Amino acid sequence: MKTLWSLAAQSLWSRRLTSGLTVLSIALSVTLLLGIESVRTGARDSFSNTISGVDLIAGARGGSLQLLLYTVFRLGSATNNISYETYERWSNHPAVAWTIPYSLGDSHRGFRVVGTNGNFYKHFRYRRDRGIEFAEGRAPTGMFETALGAEVARSLGYTTGQKIAITHGLAGDLLQHDDKPFTVTGILARTATPVDRSLYVTLEGISAVHVDWESGAPPMPGDEVPAEQLEREGVKVEQITAFLVSAKRRIDALRLQRDINTDANEPMMAVIPGVALAEMWRTIGYGETALAVTAVFVLIAGLLGMIVALYTSLEERRREMAVLRAIGARPSSIILLLVAESALLTFAGVVAGLGLTYAALFLAQAPVEQAVGLTLTIGAPSQLAWIYVAAILAAGILVALLPAWKAYRNTLADGLSARL
Amino acid sequence: MTTAPPAIQMEQLRFAYKAGRDVLDIPSLHVPPREKVFLFGPSGSGKTTLLGVIAGVLEAQSGAVRVMGEDLRALSGARRDALRGARMGYIFQLFNLLPYLSVIDNITLPCRLHPARAARLNGASPDAAARDLATQLDIAALLHEPARELSVGQQQRVAAARALMGNPELVIADEPTSALDHDHRAQFLETLFQCCQRAGSTLLFVSHDRSLEPMFDRALSLPELQRRPA
Repeated sequence: MKTLWSLAAQSLWSRRLTSGLTVLSIALSVTLLLGIESVRTGARDSFSNTISGVDLIAGARGGSLQLLLYTVFRLGSATNNISYETYERWSNHPAVAWTIPYSLGDSHRGFRVVGTNGNFYKHFRYRRDRGIEFAEGRAPTGMFETALGAEVARSLGYTTGQKIAITHGLAGDLLQHDDKPFTVTGILARTATPVDRSLYVTLEGISAVHVDWESGAPPMPGDEVPAEQLEREGVKVEQITAFLVSAKRRIDALRLQRDINTDANEPMMAVIPGVALAEMWRTIGYGETALAVTAVFVLIAGLLGMIVALYTSLEERRREMAVLRAIGARPSSIILLLVAESALLTFAGVVAGLGLTYAALFLAQAPVEQAVGLTLTIGAPSQLAWIYVAAILAAGILVALLPAWKAYRNTLADGLSARL
Repeated sequence: MTTAPPAIQMEQLRFAYKAGRDVLDIPSLHVPPREKVFLFGPSGSGKTTLLGVIAGVLEAQSGAVRVMGEDLRALSGARRDALRGARMGYIFQLFNLLPYLSVIDNITLPCRLHPARAARLNGASPDAAARDLATQLDIAALLHEPARELSVGQQQRVAAARALMGNPELVIADEPTSALDHDHRAQFLETLFQCCQRAGSTLLFVSHDRSLEPMFDRALSLPELQRRPA
């Protein structure tokens, strides 16, 4: 037994170029498979951790997916707003710990403007326990102050102190609230979530820019209420778009959801972000299946390459088999020898693949998080990864049975007479 | 010590690769122990097949084959493999060695494969026995060379050393000199004879080169051994 394993190892070493290439191709398949698995879990984690610690998202009645999209991902828009009184009523509900209001609908050069209050900076969490931090400056407190998401600041090159105008609506720069410029008071630290792609102002700020816009169109020149006057007199916040709810006790969330859904004053709806995100992930999860299928095919190609390498070497090794037979090797030892070779190749491939995967994860972690906001976790291989590894080793041994069987047949037919 | 059984004993042996087409049909063949036998015959006459039957790699369809007293037809394949591994030496015409092993690893391989072979070394380690044989065969300087870098003549000496490890009772050589030039041929045979003598081995030597015949105790013509068509 031991002799055969050492023979197998020496035989492989003597063909180290082809053996190396086979190991490399298996290693690459393993890396791809595990890498994709890591990206997949990373993507799912990042996705479902876009927002944390929130039990409900509430807004005007509509589609739950739509509500999730415009509150969490800043995509699409709300069809209706809800009144500020309703928000305040829910916000003071005894079962509610805190709420974060969102007032949406305006933009700045393609980035969404979010009207919110201090709770956002205080309570908002993503990736389980990370909160909002400032890279520079502070949260907006005044009516015409704004804080920028990291991506906004980076791509527009803004710094604190700069004055910017907000655009009415979400597209184009046509309808500018340029009579009421906002001063940048702070820039948020990077979160690698959609938070980075928005500008944050106070709820009053959103109301203020819409003061003269009751008709939906800009005021006639000269009719504008001057910004200074608004600041002096204050504005009343009439409505918001949606709000995030954290219940004091998690088990209250379901009852709160039902109560919000059946609010008698206003048609409203509430969704549980975890449930809605999981539902959404299932819808967009085709990508991950496609990735996994690709990886499996790459692996199959790697294993096929190994069979081909073993198979083509058989012809030139018939002589070697006859020599082994002549010194007393049993035909079954010939099978064992070839299976041992492919087991060693596969094992080396898997080990190299694991090494390569961790090296790649280690090198790619920071850049990937920077570039696409995906956190690749580096930890012990997941249970699924171990299953992959075991399956690859088993497949490596199984596929060797084919050439081994052929060699066995050759051996029996050739006896000691194999010619070259 | 009782008299050793004949090295090879065959009666009414028939062997065919395909049913009904006998390659071997030998009424009788006896080789006493320690004899040096020269077996010749034209190519295609079944020489290598006969060696396969004697080595226990091929199974005869009928008749009796006893090698070193063992009834091959009564033994399982594994037992025949073990018998060959432990008590026979086999030398091919060419390509005797595993190219990826060193010379010494090639020589000791049968001992590693079959502990019974190693047990025949009279207490010496396989490496020591290999060095001893290598000295006799004048290849001691090559022991740690990779087998693939040897000349044909050197390879045949290594093959002889391997075949002779543990003083096997029977050494089978299938045209081992046909790849060697004339001078090397005589020299190789000389050494092989000496080693077989020392080991007390029976030598069954196959060749079509009848010029070697006078050096042997006895010459057998395979066509003449075969039953003549009636």
